[in-house]
Amino acid sequence: MITVKNLDKSYGSHEVLKDINCTIHDGEVIVIIGPSGSGKSTFLRCLNLLEKPTKGSIVVDDQEITDKKVNIDKVREKMGMVFQQFNLFPHKTVIQNICHAPTRVKKMNKAEAEKLGMELLGKVGLQDKRDVYPVTLSGGQQQRIAIARALAMQPEAMLFDEPTSALDPEMVSEVLAVIKQLAKEGMTMVIVTHEMGFAREVGDRILFMDHSQIVEENTPEKLFTHPQHARTKNFLSKILH
Amino acid sequence: MNFSFLGTYYTFFLQGMYITFLLAVISVIAGTVLGIILTLMRRSQIKVIKWISIGYIEFIRGTPLLAQIFLVYVGLPMILQVNVPDFLTGAIALTIHASAYISETMRSGIEAIPYGQTEAARSLGMSKRRTMIDIILPQAFKNILPALGNQFIGNIKDSSLVSVIGISELMYQTTTVRGTTALGLEPIIVASFIYLVMTLALTRLLSHLERRLKSSDYR
Ligand SMILES: Nc1ncnc2c1ncn2[C@@H]1O[C@H](COP(=O)(O)OP(=O)(O)O)[C@@H](O)[C@H]1O
Ligand SMILES: [Mg+2]
Repeated sequence: MITVKNLDKSYGSHEVLKDINCTIHDGEVIVIIGPSGSGKSTFLRCLNLLEKPTKGSIVVDDQEITDKKVNIDKVREKMGMVFQQFNLFPHKTVIQNICHAPTRVKKMNKAEAEKLGMELLGKVGLQDKRDVYPVTLSGGQQQRIAIARALAMQPEAMLFDEPTSALDPEMVSEVLAVIKQLAKEGMTMVIVTHEMGFAREVGDRILFMDHSQIVEENTPEKLFTHPQHARTKNFLSKILH
Repeated sequence: MNFSFLGTYYTFFLQGMYITFLLAVISVIAGTVLGIILTLMRRSQIKVIKWISIGYIEFIRGTPLLAQIFLVYVGLPMILQVNVPDFLTGAIALTIHASAYISETMRSGIEAIPYGQTEAARSLGMSKRRTMIDIILPQAFKNILPALGNQFIGNIKDSSLVSVIGISELMYQTTTVRGTTALGLEPIIVASFIYLVMTLALTRLLSHLERRLKSSDYR
């Protein structure tokens, strides 16, 4: 379980997150929507401390990760992250991309890591790409590898920051399918996306963010059909036409 | 002009060429190692370490190589309180000189790697250090290989200056031949020609390697 309390983040005098409160239960899929610049990425990046919150606390399984004494690297092991731009390591093959952190950080032995790597490649449907370099892959394939790479650390939760926004339209569904499968398996996930159909289908709860705040949160059904706030209505009417 | 002295003295030139080549190889390799250390120092959070690196680089880039050679030649034995062999002195001076330039190259190589690489590595639980060693440096190093090649060629020419402290590289040997044969111009022409052949051959070799590297770009 992840509990976020009174989280603030500013860059200088620019407030990017204002008093964010939210609880993410195990196995829950939270989808964050909202206009660009509203602070969605920053919120996600605070959850694995890629950004350091200015104020407030984040508690993961009874451990306050915002505490200065906490080993940040250990926290990050528990939170997989998938980026808009995939960020695969271009100098490593697919299997090396996947096995690097498990062997180097978790000290898993090589054979075991490769076995896990191949299982994960099977899961994202790319076992035949085991020994190629990322440049030879399409965007959709790269993103699926990036998901497998994050899963290889056997995280307790996965964070997705617009995982399909950099993809050509025909590749969006192959990536979404992988994420939907993870949801079915009970993975705890926080997903930032502009794919409203997907949000509705996969999300247990939707958070709508605007101007650095969580404006409204609700089940997909309620949020999409009966938005409470004017800003939510406005955003949805624009994005759903 | 008379080049008949070559029949007797060609071994002088070969010997000089060998030492020149050796100095260039040593200084580019050791200079790269030292250059990487300087780059990492420069990126350190600790101010003192960072400023030592900046000061060193600025000093080397702002003073002539000849002055640096004499500084090492005179200063090193004083600091260490032991005799340093001449060849080693020359190699150290050239290494120190090259390292400052290589460090600047390395720094831009590192800065050219997208920040997403660091983020991805850190998000997988890799420490700052591991991220640098496993993810950033290998990519940066590959990017700067062509620049390192040029540095190597530069070192071949720079090494001519250590003749002033009596190291028998190509230029020193040329001076010796000039003295013994009483020929002013011809030995210099021979030496220049040898330098030119060495640098041209290396330029060709490097651009060939560079093309192969590019076409093999992680495939
Ligand atoms: N490193 C940074 N320095 C300064 N401002 C930043 C930085 N990162 C993000 N911001 C600002 O924070 C705001 C929220 O950004 P972000 O979280 O990326 O929004 P979103 O993901 O919803 O589009 C934006 O106004 C952006 O310009
Ligand atoms: Mg964003």
